[in-house]
Amino acid sequence: MNKVGIRLFLAAFAACLFSFSAIAEEGEELTGVTAKVVTTDDGRLTQEGSVLEDGKWILPDDSPTFSITKKPTYKVDWYTYNGYRRYHDACHVCHGPDAEGSTYAPRLADSLKTMSYDDFIAVVSGGREVKRPGGGISVMPAFGDNKNVMCYVDDLYVYLKARAVEALPRGKLSGRMREKKPEEARVYDKECYGE
Amino acid sequence: MRKSALIGALLATVVAAPAMANSDVAKLTADPNNWAMQTGDYFNHRYSKLDQINKGNVGSLKVAWSFSTGVLRGHEGSPLVIGDVMYLHTPFPNLVYALDLNNEGKILWKYSPKQDPSVIPVMCCDTVNRGLAYAEGIIILNQADTNVVALDAKTGKELWKATNGDPKKGETHTGTTLIVKNNVLVGMSGAEFGVRCHVTSYDLKTGKRLWRAYSMGPDSEILVDPKKTTNLGKPVGKDSSLKTWTGDQWKIGGGSSWGWFSYDADLNLFYYGTGNPSTWNPVQRAGPDGKPIDQLYTMTIFARNPDTGMAKWVYQMTPFDEWDYDGINEMILADIDVKGKKRKALVHFDRNGLAYTMDRATGELLVAEKYDPAVNWTTGVEFDKSSPRYGRPYVVAKYSTFQNGEDVNSQGICPAALGSKDQQPAAFSPKTGIFYVPTNHVCMDYEPFKVSYTAGQPYVGATLAMFPAPNSHGGTGNFIAWDAGKGKIVWSKPEKFSVWSGALATAGDVVFYGTLEGYLKAVDPANGKELFKHKTPSGIIGNVMTYSHKGKQYVGIFSGVGGWAGIGLAAGLTDPSAGLGAVGNYAGLSEYTALGGVLTVFSLP
Repeated sequence: MNKVGIRLFLAAFAACLFSFSAIAEEGEELTGVTAKVVTTDDGRLTQEGSVLEDGKWILPDDSPTFSITKKPTYKVDWYTYNGYRRYHDACHVCHGPDAEGSTYAPRLADSLKTMSYDDFIAVVSGGREVKRPGGGISVMPAFGDNKNVMCYVDDLYVYLKARAVEALPRGKLSGRMREKKPEEARVYDKECYGE
Repeated sequence: MRKSALIGALLATVVAAPAMANSDVAKLTADPNNWAMQTGDYFNHRYSKLDQINKGNVGSLKVAWSFSTGVLRGHEGSPLVIGDVMYLHTPFPNLVYALDLNNEGKILWKYSPKQDPSVIPVMCCDTVNRGLAYAEGIIILNQADTNVVALDAKTGKELWKATNGDPKKGETHTGTTLIVKNNVLVGMSGAEFGVRCHVTSYDLKTGKRLWRAYSMGPDSEILVDPKKTTNLGKPVGKDSSLKTWTGDQWKIGGGSSWGWFSYDADLNLFYYGTGNPSTWNPVQRAGPDGKPIDQLYTMTIFARNPDTGMAKWVYQMTPFDEWDYDGINEMILADIDVKGKKRKALVHFDRNGLAYTMDRATGELLVAEKYDPAVNWTTGVEFDKSSPRYGRPYVVAKYSTFQNGEDVNSQGICPAALGSKDQQPAAFSPKTGIFYVPTNHVCMDYEPFKVSYTAGQPYVGATLAMFPAPNSHGGTGNFIAWDAGKGKIVWSKPEKFSVWSGALATAGDVVFYGTLEGYLKAVDPANGKELFKHKTPSGIIGNVMTYSHKGKQYVGIFSGVGGWAGIGLAAGLTDPSAGLGAVGNYAGLSEYTALGGVLTVFSLP
């Protein structure tokens, strides 16, 4: 198993245990929820404590995050962009363009403010049903066996995180504003789709 | 007048139906006191002969009564009125109400189907339902979970139930049904889930399945006759669909069929359009040689015999779709003057931004013109019959998401995937000979990428960003009048948001439509001048209907924002090419309206 594969495996494993790991304690390492948005010395927007590992930005708790260059031109890292486009493939028909929510599904740009990485993986892979006040049921389907989603669940998370912490304003991102697709990403595509 | 209509209705349930149409439906729709079909009549005119409410007095319309459906999501379609009873439907869970018009709308009966909520997320673009159908004392409900249910119109008791598909594979129902003779014609949604869609006929009395015609596949399953079924006047030949797909891709081919059907009793043909091929990534659908391949019969107008399902003629508007320009929009049948000659025409406002006028008997292409000047993906359709490209659109290379390729963002394509018009049906006035069309004025950036198929999961393969048509009025909609004989816009009235509501034209020289902010509007058919507007409780994606009861004319409209409009617009659209500064005048729909299903009924004071 390569490193990405291991990370995915660990994420899925963590997801099984998410209900036990959700409580943060004093002095604990920075997570996707607790790490603040910072501008680095080289002018990038990212979350506090992120480091580059195999072309991806990772927080101390091993959850992924985004990296956005604002100057000279606005550019997001490939994985944030890939999350954006995969989001608009599988998620936006319910959750709205730019994670803005719709008449019947929550605004993920809000949800990801407080939702942990592990919870996110658990809900995406396992789905859930929510009873709405005043009757009616909202259903999030389980995407666990959908490669189009699960292969890129980290990218979806990173994109939504950037939206949630307002590092990425709505309507801002387009195909012109991304880093080139790295070779690692091409190799990963093939591995994950099993080609 | 009302009494005689009612007696007529009662008689029709007893008297055996002659061969044409469904005699009961034909009779009921001929009486303008009723609104007996979703589309007004078999020709999809959405025109009423009622003229009590007219151009001179429409300005003084008042709310007569209103009714909450108790359901929050997008309310498409409209109620039916047959005699003294109004029948209403709702989005999922698809409740049905019968209201007594003689007793201030008291609920005569209510039907609450039990459906598995897991069907909700496999309904691309909201849990809408486009309404009930009625014939011979039977109400047909087309449930989200693909159950077709026949109810006794008097009691609401279930008469039969037929299961048309499997939601676990992404098969769902959103459309209405059309009843022709003893056939209940049922479409299918699910092209975003790789469903091979079809139209199926069920027997009105028993619910027995009579025939099924797939959108793609072997001749015997798509019900085309290689020798007799024609495409632009020529026989389609053997395996005409299979030849246009790579390998087994036709098995997950899409081609949904949830639009509004129409029917011509003289020709004994019914008409509908099919949706996009799955996936939205054209690169994955290329031919074995890596070149575009047609993917028949997606994006196609079908003329079929309702007794057998056999196709008389076909015409594909967008071969090898690269933009999700579904061909599902309604076919309006009208006898009009086309280029100086009287024609039995079929008029269709396609998602791809072209309005087609065809000879509905033969399938000859007469007119194909842009009905929104913003449309830019094509330079037009080839009309030279000797050309091998006859009837095909010319694609502008810059806007070809296939030529630009996977992982490339094709920018500034007009229209956007929701089309210059979506399902919101247009109206035709035989009095003016003009079509009144609710339209979208939206463009997009589109980026296709690789996806794999999993049954019951989204199978889309592209992302798109939508924004108002550039260098225009800044809004995302227009309400237009269209001359289908000439292929020209007569007038165009800008709207802040896409007009997602079905129009209604009347003999009183008034045209009605609803807006996403929630206004019911009445305009002058001569010039689009606004004569009346009233803000209803929620945004309107339903269709305007009219009926008359005890000598008084009423106009009814569902409000209840949702649908694709609810996804794409509830959160507002921004123009990514304009940056963040230019969107001030383009605030989200959520600043104007909120959820809620309500029927509002208007009349003169």
